[in-house]
Amino acid sequence: MSSPSDSEPAGAPTGVIHDLGYRPYGGPRLGERAVARAFFVTGLRNTYGLGRSGRSKVLPFILLGVMLLPALILVGVLVQARNILGLNEQIVAYSTYPLTTQLLISVFVASQAPALISRDLRFRTITLYLARPMRRTTYVLVRLASLTVATFLLIGAPLLLMYVGGLLADLPVGRETGRFLGAIVGAALLAACLSGLAALVAALTVRRGLAVAAVIVVLLVSYTVVATIQGISGDAGRPAVGEVAGLFSPYTLVNGVQVFLFDSPAATNTPPSSDAMGLVYLLAVVLTVGGAIGGLLARYRTVHP
Amino acid sequence: MISRTIVRLGVRSVFGRWRGALLFVLPLVLIAVSVLVRVLVGENETGAQHTLQGLGLVVIVPLVALLATSGLLAPEIDDGSVSYLLAKPISRYTIVMSKLVVAAVCVVVFAAVPLFIAGLVMLTSSPSLAVGFGVGSVAGGLAYCALFALLSVMSRHAVVIGLIYLLIWEGLLGGLLDGVRWLSITRWSEAVIGELADLELVEDLPVTYAVIATAVVLVLGTWLTGQRLRAFNLTGDE
Repeated sequence: MSSPSDSEPAGAPTGVIHDLGYRPYGGPRLGERAVARAFFVTGLRNTYGLGRSGRSKVLPFILLGVMLLPALILVGVLVQARNILGLNEQIVAYSTYPLTTQLLISVFVASQAPALISRDLRFRTITLYLARPMRRTTYVLVRLASLTVATFLLIGAPLLLMYVGGLLADLPVGRETGRFLGAIVGAALLAACLSGLAALVAALTVRRGLAVAAVIVVLLVSYTVVATIQGISGDAGRPAVGEVAGLFSPYTLVNGVQVFLFDSPAATNTPPSSDAMGLVYLLAVVLTVGGAIGGLLARYRTVHP
Repeated sequence: MISRTIVRLGVRSVFGRWRGALLFVLPLVLIAVSVLVRVLVGENETGAQHTLQGLGLVVIVPLVALLATSGLLAPEIDDGSVSYLLAKPISRYTIVMSKLVVAAVCVVVFAAVPLFIAGLVMLTSSPSLAVGFGVGSVAGGLAYCALFALLSVMSRHAVVIGLIYLLIWEGLLGGLLDGVRWLSITRWSEAVIGELADLELVEDLPVTYAVIATAVVLVLGTWLTGQRLRAFNLTGDE
């Protein structure tokens, strides 16, 4: 048996890449923008379990249904019994509704943030994403955008239902539209704050169960602490303490901003009473969202593809 | 009945990485709030009671139990290393009991003792409130541990199911519907506290029923977890 180098004369090529006739991709190569858009839509669908297993659809849709149920009942009462009860406005104010249903919103954010973020880190899918023409910054921002829009839909859907119901019940159109738009801005701010915090916590752990628990701990404990302090400071005649405490939970924070910007009815004991405090609330929202984005970017800088 | 090695491994898995930090944060938050309340309103029985009940008993105790219990069995089942533990010639009940001992110690250290301290901080003159909340939170916390242990061998989504149970059943419905008190661990421990501290936290719930129900959940949860682990099937879902 002889090796190929024996039979071939020196200097001739020793290896050949054979053209097997496979056809390379010749179509247009879409850039980062198209990747980001597709990634955003996939992420948004995934938060509601679309494109995932049937089991993952159960929780988000139950939560959406339970979010809509009280709004539906309120609209029903408003339409049917408006004249009997002498109602001239929504039974529950738009800006109060997210606070009333905050447990459901917290469960949604806590269960879906790890589904979007922790799994990519745990199963190293992020390696594949970063191999595409998409930068880390884009990855982080798009993931956050998917989660924010999904949360916004969850918070906004019952508000829209109440608004439409209110119009059908012949409430004054101009006033209702103004209040509804204010509440929608509030819903967007709340969605951004909650998603930012949840995404940051979820990015710090690769275990899904722990991430869910950690997000709930952050949201639930902060709200309970703030509500306790606000209740007691209101009773003790020291509302300033309660106003400062309100900065530390996304729910009371965004409600305070709505009171400040749109003069909505307050859902907490101690809403911001002065313009300066209102500005501080607004600044706190900006800092929460900005800080969450900054923290996420810093976290992903050390992720090696 | 208790295997010291499993206890040691359990402690390490509870305090590994982030879970331990969360366990330390919860009692610190409670004590900080109690100091703030004391500064704001002085020695005020209603304020102290609202804080201990609303923040301590309803939020901190179940969350500590959930964090501790979910760190014991679920991660091992998740990554499959539970098979090495189950392959050892140790009774499955011993495994469950040893793991629950760790969870119970966590509940005492990170929930019951902080509640007791917070009670003393807010109401130094009458320590019976602090003692009541301390003892009541041990009872409730242990029952929660047994329940969450059972959940974590039954489903891979134990944490999510446990949280939904806590938030929706104990939190939302427990506040709205009075009938929930017959089937709510938090309400049972409130009845125990009411008896010890001479308060009325929950209406029309005999303390004997509360004690028996808590004990039943604790024993039945532990036994069913062992039973379930005896015939454990190592198959993945999804």
